[in-house]
Parts: sequence; structure tokens; C-alpha cells
Amino acid sequence: MKVLVAVKRVVDYNVKVRPKADGSDVDIANVKMSINPFCEIAVEEAVRLKEKGVASEIVVVSMGPKQCQEQIRTALALGADRGIHVETDAELQPLAVAKCLNALVAKESPELVIMGKQSIDGDNNQTGQMLGALSGLPQGTFASEVNVADGKVAVTREVDGGLQTVSLSLPAIVTTDLRLNEPRYAKLPDIMKAKRKPVENVSPEDLGVDVAPRTKTLKVEPPAQRQAGIKVSDVSELVEKLKNEAKVI
Amino acid sequence: MAAQVLSERDLAFMLYELFDAESLTARQRYADHSRETFDAAIATGKAVALKHFLPIRQKVDTNEPTFDGEKVHLLPEIKPALEAVVEAGLAAPSTDYETGGMQLPLIVTNAAQAHLSAVASTTLGYISLTHANANLIEAHGSDEQIDTWVRPMREGRFMGTMAMTEPGAGSGLADLTTTAARESDGSYRLSGNKIFISGGDHELSENIVHLVLARVKGAPKGVKGISLFIVPKFLLNEDGTIGERNDVALAGLFHKMGGRGHTSTALSFGEKGGATAYLVGEENKGLMYMFHMMNEARIMVGTGAALTALTGYQYALDYARERPQGRLLANKDPESPPIPIIEHADVRRMLLAQKAYAEGAYALCLYGSQLADDEKTAETKEARTKAHTLLDFLTPIIKTWPSEYGPQANNLAIQVMGGHGYINEHPVEMFYRDNRLNPIHEGTTGIQSLDLLGRKVPMNNFAGYRAMLAEMHGTVEQAKGSELSLFAEQLQAALSELQETTNIVLAATAEKDLDLVFSNSVSYLEMFGHIVIAWIWLRQGMAADAGLQANPHKQDEQFYRGKLQAMQYFFHSELPKIYHWSKLVRDIDSTSFEMKPDWF
Ligand SMILES: Cc1cc2nc3c(=O)[nH]c(=O)nc-3n(C[C@H](O)[C@H](O)[C@H](O)COP(=O)(O)OP(=O)(O)OC[C@H]3O[C@@H](n4cnc5c(N)ncnc54)[C@H](O)[C@@H]3O)c2cc1C
Repeated sequence: MKVLVAVKRVVDYNVKVRPKADGSDVDIANVKMSINPFCEIAVEEAVRLKEKGVASEIVVVSMGPKQCQEQIRTALALGADRGIHVETDAELQPLAVAKCLNALVAKESPELVIMGKQSIDGDNNQTGQMLGALSGLPQGTFASEVNVADGKVAVTREVDGGLQTVSLSLPAIVTTDLRLNEPRYAKLPDIMKAKRKPVENVSPEDLGVDVAPRTKTLKVEPPAQRQAGIKVSDVSELVEKLKNEAKVI
Repeated sequence: MAAQVLSERDLAFMLYELFDAESLTARQRYADHSRETFDAAIATGKAVALKHFLPIRQKVDTNEPTFDGEKVHLLPEIKPALEAVVEAGLAAPSTDYETGGMQLPLIVTNAAQAHLSAVASTTLGYISLTHANANLIEAHGSDEQIDTWVRPMREGRFMGTMAMTEPGAGSGLADLTTTAARESDGSYRLSGNKIFISGGDHELSENIVHLVLARVKGAPKGVKGISLFIVPKFLLNEDGTIGERNDVALAGLFHKMGGRGHTSTALSFGEKGGATAYLVGEENKGLMYMFHMMNEARIMVGTGAALTALTGYQYALDYARERPQGRLLANKDPESPPIPIIEHADVRRMLLAQKAYAEGAYALCLYGSQLADDEKTAETKEARTKAHTLLDFLTPIIKTWPSEYGPQANNLAIQVMGGHGYINEHPVEMFYRDNRLNPIHEGTTGIQSLDLLGRKVPMNNFAGYRAMLAEMHGTVEQAKGSELSLFAEQLQAALSELQETTNIVLAATAEKDLDLVFSNSVSYLEMFGHIVIAWIWLRQGMAADAGLQANPHKQDEQFYRGKLQAMQYFFHSELPKIYHWSKLVRDIDSTSFEMKPDWF
């Protein structure tokens, strides 16, 4: 069984991000970048399926600038077999990513697509669902457990009310939640072996996808700072302030 | 959020901005590497440290090893944690691809193991001593010995020790009495007692390979009669499988103030007639071979001391940002909220001192790793020789400075935290206890100071001494025309003082009692060490200055400003101390020498 795993290059979760001075975007110049944590979980799940003998090949794909190769190679060091880099410097929104993935699904015919439920930069939680709509494949989102058997995949989902298990016929799409697994780290010799695994380079045009953004970012600003508290001298001052300053009563 | 173990920004600064580790990829041996593979190795080191060692750090400290008369018992979590290190390829990443290594440059290896060393402390000693032992056998053993002992040690099946110290021979190894008698089959029967042997017994591996210093019967007295032997805990059968128990017994464990992850053992060899021992190399050359391991171990000791200081600093820093207490002197308003203690200048002084000590010490150790690498892989023979000369000269300083100032940094981490630093709800008191070993083992500070002044400085017609001075003068020249010229001048003045003092003290040896002239040798080592650290700080300052020129990101700008401020702290508050030390040395101050034991 072939598994396609999507990984995104994002600002490392330890970095305190700030907006650019002109408010046009988040400032990511010179900050540490990593695989999106949810995507790491997707890679881990694929590698576990391979170790169990369920998956036979893991293809890892990332979209974005040249440096995305680093995240692809990280996934290769963790156990993926080959990589596909859809290289573009354009801003990629969830729909564009889903379209590229849809084209790759058509080309590679994986039986399972595993991806993160969201990325920690945009927090959109859309790509997997959009891919489901575009490809017509069944989707199991927010997975906390995945079992493949008899041409089907059972996906236990973390939903508001608790856990829900859905059974999807393959090929299918799974998006990962945090509790699905604990990702491994790359062993040092595997880091070197990853360098010899093949990475194919394509462009969105090669895939016939127009990645032009459909939504526009108007402004990026930091959340408002919390003001220090003050002490009021009596109840009437409190009421006065609640009325006239906080305007809540 | 919990304090970070180490600052990754600082690691990256030291590796890439200060020492330009990326340039190593131009060398044949490292051609497959790039910053990406370096960073990936460092990330794995951090991941293993956080996953396997951080959760048991305090448990290791409070559950020291025990001996029931038959077997040693360690905290059970230690074994899987060490196995994880070996499995991840972190035990010896610098070794060849063919032997399972990553051919990682030594300076990057140091950084990749940094989180492990900072968190696992001496527990990691089982592994690092094993590889230092294997490196020695690889360098001086026969092919058969390499085949028999090195491979299983690299694979993590066997572990290794260095067994030198005896009850009557610690600093003075010349007096060791363990003896070996040659048998007709070429092997030896060894008997004697060793103490303080780290990792001398445990159940972590199938076998333990002791490298033992002993005297062959009839050998000359003193260091010229010392030979080196491989003495395994279990003998091996013809086919390499584990055979009978050798005549090596654990006499007992020592209970230590720190470093509780690593067993400290008293070993009895030959209680039943003689332990089977295999000579390494030739008879009577043992100490020279052992120096192969000791020199490596000395850089390891300095590195461990520096990293324990760094992690204590990170912890205290995080605490100081969170702990509200008191108000600024200028603020008389009792209604105003207390401020985080980092707002008090005196707390910042203690943090700056830690930063200056710990980052100075670790940068020096990375420089040592760079030299150890250059010694083997630099392009030209000239460059390799130069690196060898510098490293050989600097070893006493790389061992001692971090060992002396690392615990001082940890001492200040406790002080920053007040009473909260003194109790075991926080790890800084443990860092201090762990770090306190470092000025003692691998040659005490006193012994290292004699080695520096008595041997290393005059050796080979002052070759190492001159080479080190030239390196430092080179940096001074570079810095002179820059923003940092005032610091360059201070360093230059300190270098002149050092040279004069050296000339005076060595000239005095011709006229005066040697024990008098060298009675302030530790002050000489302190002075030299401080000057070397000032030099390393000037280099860090220059790299930070370059970073500032390149219009950095806000976070980076703050980082560089912090570097420059720590450099300034070292130059203003520490470097001037050399004039006090140098006065004692050049005046041949006789206070300690003339003090009579009976006057105490
Ligand atoms: C936790 C721990 C782990 C260790 N691990 C190992 C190990 O794995 N293998 C091993 O072989 N050893 C090991 N050692 C031993 C260690 O190397 C010795 O403790 C050290 O060399 C000092 O020897 P000593 O303890 O006998 O002290 P001594 O030699 O008695 O020294 C006591 C004091 O006298 C001073 N002194 C001694 N001689 C001179 C001199 N000539 N001039 C000036 N001052 C002098 C010293 O500087 C020191 O301050 C370990 C020790 C400890 C505590």
C-alpha cells in the first residue's frame, strides 16, 4: 500500500512570532523553521504502518520555497522512502495546497493520504477537507487512532462529544490530531541515508494548478497587551468604572 | 513554560557565527554534510535528552547506586535511556560511516551531545568513557585487540573504564603499586587495588573492559615503569562469547555528593591469584598511552563543567524573570506591585557573571573540539601540526577553567534563586554538587597548574605557549580598528603582563627553590585561563558585532547585545583580576611556601 504524506514548513513552535513592522505579515526572517507538529504525527503514523507491514511505500510531499527540502529530508530521515517537492515562492493558501495534493493523488494513486489536521501558522484546518471535496475520497479528520484492514481504514476521531470511529473505504484521507502518536526522532545514520533518497522537483504549473491566493490578508497585529489592574476604593467607584470605562453595565 | 535546558540560539551562534562549522564541509571527510545535517543531529541529541533523561534527572540524584554484595543496582530507567543514546547514533557520532558513525565533525559532535551532557550529567559517563577507552585501544592496541574489544564497545554491548587511581596513588600516579606478572603464553596476571573507578561495575552491559595501569614485576620505579593492560570483567571464549568471570571483584561503591548516575567503585584485582590481563603496546609505556584517553577525557570534563554551568544559568534566568520580589530603590510606593527579581541590578550582575563564565567556558571547549578535529582533518600538514600544538598546550586550561568557574556559575544560580535555589525542588543545588567533582578528577587544579607552568609552557622551546600567544595577538590586531578596540587594548595589555610574568617566574627557577617559585602556580593558571577566556569573549564580541551590522531580526539584535554586554562584564569585572594573580606569581610571593605545617 502506498501512503502519501504531506508536510508543511512552518515557524518552529518554540519561536515567539511577531508581526512585521508594516503589519503586512508575520516576520519570519531568520527564525527557526520546522515540520508542522501535526505533519510530524502524520509522518510517524505512516512509518508505523510501514513497520507493521501495512504500508509498502511512503511518499512525502511538501509545497513551498526551496528550503522545504529540509522538511522533506527530515521526513525521509524518519522513514519515508521518497519525496516530492512542489516548488514555488508564491503564497500558498489551503485551497491551492489542496489542489496540488489532488493533482498528486491523481498521479501517484496512493491508497492513503495522511496529513495534519491544521498547521500551527495559519491554524486554518481546511486543507484535508478541501482535498476530500476535490478528490471525492472519503475523509477521517482529527484522527486519534488509525487501523487499516480489509481494504478499509477505521479512524477514531476526536470530536466535541468524545470519540467517534468512522470506517472509510480505501483510498482515503486521514488528518491527524495530537494524540494519534508520539513522533520519533531521526537516528543519526538515518539523517545521512536520507540524503541518498530521491526527491522529485515539480512546479504547480507542472501539476496544472493555479495557486493564486483567493483571500487577502489586510493586516497582521499582535494581540492587545493586558493592562495592569488597579485598586478601587469602594463599590460606587467600581460601578462607576464598569459603567463608564469598561462599558459593560 | 519551563526553562530551556540550553539556549539553541547560542549553540547556533557558537557553531556557525563564531567557529564557522559550515566551512568544515569543504573537507573530504565531511563532504556529505551541510548545516542541515548538523542541525538534524543536534535536534536528535536534544530530543533524546528531553525524552529519556530530563524526566529521570532528579530520580537519578536521589536514588544512588547500591551494592548487595553480589550485584550493583542502578535506577532501572538508566539502562533504557543509555540504550536510546546508542540506538540514536549519539554515542560516537564522529566515527566512520563504516563503523556505524555519522562522520560528524568533533565540534558538531560536541554540540549534538550538549543537551545530553547538560541533562544526563555523569550518567552519560558510561558511554563517553567507553568510547574514549575504545579510541585508546584503536590508537595503541593490536589488530586483534581492536577486533576483540573495540567493536563490541562501539555497538554498546561492552562498556569501558580507565583504572588508574589507587588508595595510595591519586595525583601521584608514579607511586602506583598494582603489579602484573608475565605468563608463558604472553598474557599477564594482574593484582592490586584501584579506587574511584567510574563505571567499574554495573549490569548495564555484557562485559566491562578495564584499562588498568600497573607495573610489570621488576619494572623501574616511577612513571617509566608503568604499563597499560586490558582487563575484562569476563574472559571471552574462543568464539568471542562471554566466558568465565575474570579475577576482578567489586570491593564496594563510594557514596558521592553528586554525579550519582555513575558508579564509583573500589576494585580488587587478583584476589584469587591474578586477573588475566593483556598488555597494550609495549611494557613501560603505559602512561603515555593512557594520556591518549586522559587528554580526551580532560576536554570532556571541561565540556561537562561548562554545560552544567550553562543549564544552571538558563534555569536561574527563567526563574529570575518570573519571581516577583521587592521594588526598585527609586520606587517608594508600597501599593505598586513587586517586580520580577531580574529587574534588580544585583540579580542581573549574578546572571551576567554566569553568562560570562558559562558561555566563555563552553566556547573554549568548542574551540578545543575544533582543534582536535583540525589535528586530524585540516587540509595541510602545517595546519594539522599547529592545531596539535595548540590543543596540547591548552588542555590544562580547557580542563581547569570550566571546572573552576562552572561550579562558580552554579553557585550564583543558587544565589539568584535565594532559598529556593538551596532546596531540591529546583535542580540548581544538584548542578552545583555534580559540577563540584570537575576540579578534582582528571588531574586536580593544583596538578594542572604545575603541568601548565612547569611543562606545557617551556615545552618544545615554548612552541605551544608561543602559538597560543600568537593566536590571541592575531585577534587583538583584528579587533583594533573596530568598535571593540578598547577591549582589544585591554587584552593586549593583559598579554604583555602575562609574557613578563612568565619570563620572570621561569627565570627564577634557575636561582630559587623550585617549590617556592611554583608555589603560586594556581595563580598563574588562573591568570592564563582568564586571559584565554577574555580572548574567546573578544571573538564572541566580534561575531556579535558582525551580526549587529547585518540588520538583524529584533530577537537576534537582543541576542547580540547580550553577547556584547557579557563580554564587557568579563573585561570590566574579571580580566583585571589577572593583575592580582600576576603580582603573586612574579613577586614569587612566599606566604604559602613559608607557612609551616606546625603553625596551623
Ligand atoms: C567521582 C570520581 C570519579 C573518578 N573517576 C576516576 C576514574 O574513572 N578512574 C581513575 O583512575 N580515577 C578516578 N578518580 C580519581 C581522581 O582522578 C583522583 O581523585 C584525583 O586524581 C586526585 O587524587 P586523590 O583523590 O588521591 O587526591 P590526592 O592526590 O591525595 O590530592 C589531594 C590534594 O593534594 C594536592 N596534591 C597532590 N599532589 C600534589 C602535588 N604534587 N603538588 C601539589 N598539590 C598536590 C591535590 O591537588 C589535592 O588538592 C575519580 C575520582 C572521583 C572523586
